[in-house]
Amino acid sequence: MEMKPLTRAILGLVCLLVAIWLVAPTLVVVPMSFNENKSLAFPPQGFSWQWYQNFVTNPDWSNSFLNSLKVASIVSVLATVLGTLAAFGLDRMKARPANLLRMLMLTPMVVPGVVLAIGIYAVYLDTRLVGTLLGFVLAHTILALPFVLIAVSANLEVFDRRLETAAASLGAGALTTFRTVTLPLIAPGVLSGLLFAFATSFDEIVVSLFITNPYLKTLPVQIFASITRDADPTVAAVGTILLFATTMLIGGGMLLLGRERKGRQ
Amino acid sequence: MNPGQDSRGNPGQDSRGAAIDLRSISKAYGSFKALDGVSLHIKAGEFMTLLGPSGSGKTTTLNVVAGFTEASSGALEVGGKSVVGVPAHKRNIGVVFQHYALFPHMTVSRNVAYPLALRGVAGAERERRVRQALDMVKMADFGHRFPSELSGGQQQRVALARAIVFDPPLLLMDEPLGALDKKLREWLQLEIKRIHRELGTTFVYVTHDQEEALVLSDRIAVFNRGRIEQIGTGRELYDEPATLFVGKFIGDSTVLRGAAAISGGETAIEIAGQKVATAKRLANGGSPVMLLRPEKLTLARRGADGDGRNRLTGRIGEAIYLGSGSKYEVDLADGSKAIVRSTLEADNFAIGDEVEVLFAGADVKLLADDDKADLTLT
Repeated sequence: MEMKPLTRAILGLVCLLVAIWLVAPTLVVVPMSFNENKSLAFPPQGFSWQWYQNFVTNPDWSNSFLNSLKVASIVSVLATVLGTLAAFGLDRMKARPANLLRMLMLTPMVVPGVVLAIGIYAVYLDTRLVGTLLGFVLAHTILALPFVLIAVSANLEVFDRRLETAAASLGAGALTTFRTVTLPLIAPGVLSGLLFAFATSFDEIVVSLFITNPYLKTLPVQIFASITRDADPTVAAVGTILLFATTMLIGGGMLLLGRERKGRQ
Repeated sequence: MNPGQDSRGNPGQDSRGAAIDLRSISKAYGSFKALDGVSLHIKAGEFMTLLGPSGSGKTTTLNVVAGFTEASSGALEVGGKSVVGVPAHKRNIGVVFQHYALFPHMTVSRNVAYPLALRGVAGAERERRVRQALDMVKMADFGHRFPSELSGGQQQRVALARAIVFDPPLLLMDEPLGALDKKLREWLQLEIKRIHRELGTTFVYVTHDQEEALVLSDRIAVFNRGRIEQIGTGRELYDEPATLFVGKFIGDSTVLRGAAAISGGETAIEIAGQKVATAKRLANGGSPVMLLRPEKLTLARRGADGDGRNRLTGRIGEAIYLGSGSKYEVDLADGSKAIVRSTLEADNFAIGDEVEVLFAGADVKLLADDDKADLTLT
């Protein structure tokens, strides 16, 4: 459809405004992280690397970062395996019970985080899981599972099941077929599920606040604790690091995918 | 029919193919009977086509043989051994699908190597056999390509190579040319015929296209409503149809229906006041109809001498010039249509000409009427 120049200009302007609105709050942390004073005032004063230094040297920060990394890594693997198997099973089930089960497994996305947190906290108090690695992993896996389920299900929906029939006719049993045909073809869904699961666990705060204790803190808990206690620009430094890390990760992934697709054509 | 192969003989003596025996195979989905007591013996090395309209049970039969569908009842033997309850991946049967079903994430070579890898064939031997199979379907130069880079006909040839590379004693093909255009289809039909000859494997081919069935097959099994109506060579089905359905499904035909009078060995039918007769009668009773092949009918101007043959008046409704002759559709007095093929030497007629359709009583096929024979053709 042909657009008038005026329409095009207005559309461009609106897009720009929305883009600024979406990105600006995130970008504000970048200058703040180089503040000379121990303050979160905007605009920042002077220039210094001290908050980055603090992030690396202060065990409160470095430990919580490593904790988050550890929890998110385990959760992403666990949730991806469980979520992929669940998606596969639901795809092969009769429609009605499958839909019920699917809804059940997606509830962690819909239930308010606080409600879930209270429930988990109550159970963890009895089972002594508060402040343990296992406790974090279990709680975060519940929250991450729906993302994997959705991503893998979307891929299975477009997967041509007749390829499995073909594989069987060529001599492949069910497991071999899954490993050599189904899994490679739904790999994009599994990978994006893995990324979502990692991200979900890495920045989970509501449930984490309930089940944390002084011995085991994740990064979001540490950020929250720090910002409620004092105005420490280390928060901004952490934010900046995460911003760059995720940008690199997603950008790199997109580049890689694009190259593979090009190679295929 | 292929003159080099006498289907009544036994091509299976020194064949590498397996004989297949289906006995009273039934398959029910709830109250719907997809297969209703299908019995079929396929000889080793034979090219058998399962022909029928959609929903007639031909593909279900193929799926039962392949192991994709378990029959509700009946016995099934491949190469003399029962395969009832044997899962598809242990049957060692090659299958070619209408939708190609190539693995999109593998190159052509890896697709063809797939069944070999599963059978532990590795290294130089695997490469040699992949090349040999691709050579056979004339796709040797495409090994490094991905399926998405190939045309439909090329993909189907690769699928064929993949299905024969592990030397299965039986190859099943489910409308493999259904998605291709006519020219390509005709060429690939000849390719499939050649490959069948070179391999000596048993081929079972499913199609709804009767011309394709005639081109390819040693024998044809005609399916209708979950049953086999008739099994025979193309010539047998054309010349001696056992049922009205077969007569109408194979080739062109004129069907004459009307009030029948049977006296002694003679059957006469009255069509809009005109009586036609043949010195035959139905063996099993039932209401008789007459079936006539187009080349058995002759056209003449009104009032011409019939030489004592049966005659029906009509008007030319359609005239088609075919090069080797002409094909006419004649609207008969009772509203039905006669299809006539005439040779080059015969008189030419134009649309609207009043004509007489002449035929000898001996050329009539007398068959039991079957109202279902019409319904399934639509």
